[in-house]
Amino acid sequence: MENKHVSAAVRKKDAMQLLLGKPAFMEDVTPADALVVKVLRSPHAHALIEEINTDLAKKVEGIVAVYTYKDVPQRRFTLAGQTSPEPSPWDRLILDRRVRYVGDGVAIVAGETEKAVNTALRRIKVKYTVLEPVLDMHTALDHPVLVHPEEDWVSVIPVGADNKRNLVAQETTSDGDVEAVMADCDLTFTRTYHTKACQQAMMETFRTYTELDPYGRLHVVSSTQIVFHLRRIIANALDIPQSKVRVEKPRIGGGFGAKQTSVAEVYPAFVTWKTGRAARMVFSRAECQTSGCPRHEMEMTVKIGAMKDGHIRCIDLHTLSNTGAYSEHGPTTVGLSGHKSIPLYTGGLEAFRFSYDVVYTNVQAAGAYRGYGATQGIFAVESAVNELAEMLEMDPVALREKNILREGMVMPAYYGEKANACALDRCLTRAKEIFGWEEKWPVRDMGNGKVRSAGVAMAMQGSCISNVDIGSATVRLQEDGTYTLSIGAADMGTGCDTILSQIMAECMGCKLEDIAVFGADTDSSPYDSGSYASSTTYVTGKAVEKACTQLKANLCAIGAQMLGCTVEEVEFASTSVRKKDGSAEVSLADVANKTTIGNNTSAQVTATHCSPVSPPPYMVGMVEIELDKETGSVEVLDYKAVVDCGTPINPHLARIQAEGGIVQGIGMALSENVTYDEKGRITENNFFQYKIPTRLDMGKLQVEFEASYEPTGPFGAKSIGEVVINTPSPAIAQAVARATGVWHRTLPITPEKVLMGMEEA
Amino acid sequence: MEIKLTLNGKAVTAHIEADTLLLDFVRARGCLSVKRGCETENCGLCTVLLDGKPILSCATLAARAAGHHVQTLEGLQEEAADFVGFIADQGAEQCGFCNPGFVMNTIALLRENPDPTDDEIRAYLAGNLCRCSGYEGQLRGIRAYLDSKKEG
Amino acid sequence: MLTIREYVRAKSLEEAYALAQKRNNVVLGGMGWLNLQKRNVGTAIDLCDLGLDAIEETETDYRVGAMVSLRAFEQHQGLQTLSQGAIAESLKGIVGVQFRNSATVGGSVYARFGFSDVTTILMALEAKVELYKAGVLTMEEFAALPRTQRDILVRIIIPKVRRSICYLSQRNTKTDIPVLTCAVVHREGETFAVVGACPRPAAIYPDGGVLAEGITEETARAFGGKVAAEAVFGSNSRSGADYRRKVAAVLVRRAALALKEQEG
Repeated sequence: MENKHVSAAVRKKDAMQLLLGKPAFMEDVTPADALVVKVLRSPHAHALIEEINTDLAKKVEGIVAVYTYKDVPQRRFTLAGQTSPEPSPWDRLILDRRVRYVGDGVAIVAGETEKAVNTALRRIKVKYTVLEPVLDMHTALDHPVLVHPEEDWVSVIPVGADNKRNLVAQETTSDGDVEAVMADCDLTFTRTYHTKACQQAMMETFRTYTELDPYGRLHVVSSTQIVFHLRRIIANALDIPQSKVRVEKPRIGGGFGAKQTSVAEVYPAFVTWKTGRAARMVFSRAECQTSGCPRHEMEMTVKIGAMKDGHIRCIDLHTLSNTGAYSEHGPTTVGLSGHKSIPLYTGGLEAFRFSYDVVYTNVQAAGAYRGYGATQGIFAVESAVNELAEMLEMDPVALREKNILREGMVMPAYYGEKANACALDRCLTRAKEIFGWEEKWPVRDMGNGKVRSAGVAMAMQGSCISNVDIGSATVRLQEDGTYTLSIGAADMGTGCDTILSQIMAECMGCKLEDIAVFGADTDSSPYDSGSYASSTTYVTGKAVEKACTQLKANLCAIGAQMLGCTVEEVEFASTSVRKKDGSAEVSLADVANKTTIGNNTSAQVTATHCSPVSPPPYMVGMVEIELDKETGSVEVLDYKAVVDCGTPINPHLARIQAEGGIVQGIGMALSENVTYDEKGRITENNFFQYKIPTRLDMGKLQVEFEASYEPTGPFGAKSIGEVVINTPSPAIAQAVARATGVWHRTLPITPEKVLMGMEEA
Repeated sequence: MEIKLTLNGKAVTAHIEADTLLLDFVRARGCLSVKRGCETENCGLCTVLLDGKPILSCATLAARAAGHHVQTLEGLQEEAADFVGFIADQGAEQCGFCNPGFVMNTIALLRENPDPTDDEIRAYLAGNLCRCSGYEGQLRGIRAYLDSKKEG
Repeated sequence: MLTIREYVRAKSLEEAYALAQKRNNVVLGGMGWLNLQKRNVGTAIDLCDLGLDAIEETETDYRVGAMVSLRAFEQHQGLQTLSQGAIAESLKGIVGVQFRNSATVGGSVYARFGFSDVTTILMALEAKVELYKAGVLTMEEFAALPRTQRDILVRIIIPKVRRSICYLSQRNTKTDIPVLTCAVVHREGETFAVVGACPRPAAIYPDGGVLAEGITEETARAFGGKVAAEAVFGSNSRSGADYRRKVAAVLVRRAALALKEQEG
């Protein structure tokens, strides 16, 4: 049967309003006369506050409140937006006497105007005892200086954390006899790769509005991906019951995982709870860059064992991950560096080992960023496989074809899950075709020092956090026969409001415009873990499907009653409920009206879904670059990608996801750097220094889809949001190596590194 | 200080501080399409037209706009509606936060150069950052619009 | 955080000059990068009513008012012809069209940024700087002025001289500030290079006879090597000194060879 709405490239429901600049975002839809909230930030990477004097600050005209560590609840929590109990250890207070990175909170100031608040911030006098910071992640484990020496630090889930060792998580998993297989290989080699604490750099910085509602509850309007987790985090931070907190999200100006951590919310929430006044906090770009929640910096050591014919038999990966000053997402991101890279080679692997340490240091705390560890791990493993191809003098595509995961295989490195839907092989074949691999793989001299070369990489991700996160949907028939769809997932521009509506329209057989979609508000949306882990289409989409099935059953019951027959005798026919024998029907409009009169059967259904598996989407990326051997400049000319996201529910939105992810990945590969000075201060603290790609920096993109059908997903869908960022770094690194003979194992690959690398070689 | 200027065709007289930025000035007068994405003149989200020319309102004093014509997307709805549907058809609006600045600068581009090449489009819009779309869909949308005009 | 207590549109250069003598007063250019500074300004002096936003052509010169926007500068037909497109080439990487509509030629020169494309191209065009009090100076003389000398930049004077010119820059991304700027100019039998963003301000390097035999692959290479050896390079977050030195040699050589192409 042909789908009508699923696989249709329809416009996003909010597209025209957004493009015409209508008020939609936090700062547009909340009162501007709220208190301005700002945070005084630590100039030291590690220090104890000896004295803090706020008297002068409080005297500034227009200042309403100044809070320090002495004023906040003394119960530790985490800002990570994860299902409770969170794997991230509870190591935060709203404000702490110990400051742990340059940018850590020292005091909260609330005032009537921004100018007053700025003045007050300057008038807070702090006397610090400056402590030795732990700035190098390599020496952090068992360092004599502890980032979290406090006794009330708690790790709720056993992730191997130990604050007395600066350790946030540690684990080793393996399958097969790694030593024996390695010993039996023709060739083994080890390489170390390093990725930086890249920034999500969503265009709308962190921002939150808070007020007391007519019931005296805390009403939070925030740019967030996780309304329900946020409600819990704020309740925990303020030490109040969740019934006292309501969180809603307006349109979100991009998230990419940044807004899966409660970066801004607790500050204005605390101010409103204490003062009763509405409050608003808007992060500056500089704050976003230095007090946000970037990608975990990781160093990955990969050992590969292979045969001369290209058979990859064993991968041994160790990841050292830097969570920074706080634990957010530290124990969980690291797992993906192995579990979403190694399984790509399931076809040939006889053994694998994956071990990791996640350490605290005195730099900005990391968080969740699209790809969530997989991006880092895939850079390492895919680069190592590309290096192997060079050693074996094999075409890297042919090498992959020998070893890749194929449909039906069980993946020991992916929790023993079976690849039910996997078009990775077809992605590879198709990518070769559209890219013109045979012509572009040889390095071509263009004259004047310029050469053209190519690179390839594969990627996978998950589609949810299996057996943990849940999605829900509430579907309702309105009086006039139109529908509402209520969700707790967060459309952050990705289009999930539209995509979930498409799924519902397909299920109910209605028009897309007959569905009013709403999300997300903890008071009115059904519980949903939130939009992260690539899960919304796959998990919440399935909840929509389930809810529609139940709603149709309920409407059949009402219709049967109206037709005076049994429910078994009728069927739902989109615009009516009719007798299966065709002898009679009642229109949907009449059923709809009946639901509101003398009716005991609900025309509103909520369904919840949690998946026991997390089917990976797959992708192949191929890049052609032009490299200037005399200046080191790398120009991306052409990027071709083929994606297997199962059934693309909305091909246009899926394509844009892929294109946007590729460009973010290009930024990570070539220009987005994060460096610290000797005091632990970040150099790239604004868009003047932190260079995300402009439209002149990304070449031409082309994305295609190789559909597979995932039996556990809605209409065969898997995920797409994250997998798309993973291929550029290894593909570009390979193209650079082809052009220069030098493998760059630390990102970003800047012109200076390229040129100086060639000089050294 | 007091200034007089024209905002979206309407005469406005206002008391401002010497350092009030044009961005904050227009937002305070209901032009909420104008966004702030950085503090370093790198993102283009705050683009408005000053006497018809696209400028960054985050780096322009409201005082300097005195005596001039300022236009925001609120005042150019029809001109925008002419082509933004083509962006929507690509799904390239995405989160929408950078859209008003992008749309304003595209308006400026198309006024200056009604039939731009792809490279001219990229060059003119280089100062408009977008982190969601990867830019290619925006380009496809503009191209589709230009093609439709030629056919129409 | 930038704060400004008062804003004044100067009615005359004299008024602007008088106001500018106070240390915490500042003359506004296009305001680009002004936000990067954390300072409290007493009076912001705006020259926008003084008619300095015009490019005038005389028999001998182009006279570019201090308030001419970078965008107007790059789009001016006469200047484009005079510079064979080098002015537009030098400015195209400066952030974006909106930025260049605001940023002014005068502001870009007066700020004496080490990373300035504008300074480099103006030196290549042998432009002069007209200051209200100090009069007309060469770009080098202006660069050498102590910053405590608080004059008003009135206009830039670009002589209408027949020359060939090629501008190149090295950037980490297309619209980032440059890692290195370079222009090579051939005029009346003389050839010289201007190299900037080292990250020190731009300076002029004559060919010193290296190109006496004409521009060839070898002499161009020698010229590049000579400039790279003479110039002083430093390091910053965008690159190290060694890299800049190598790139300077390459850009000078390439620009020289491009000149030869242009001249046919």
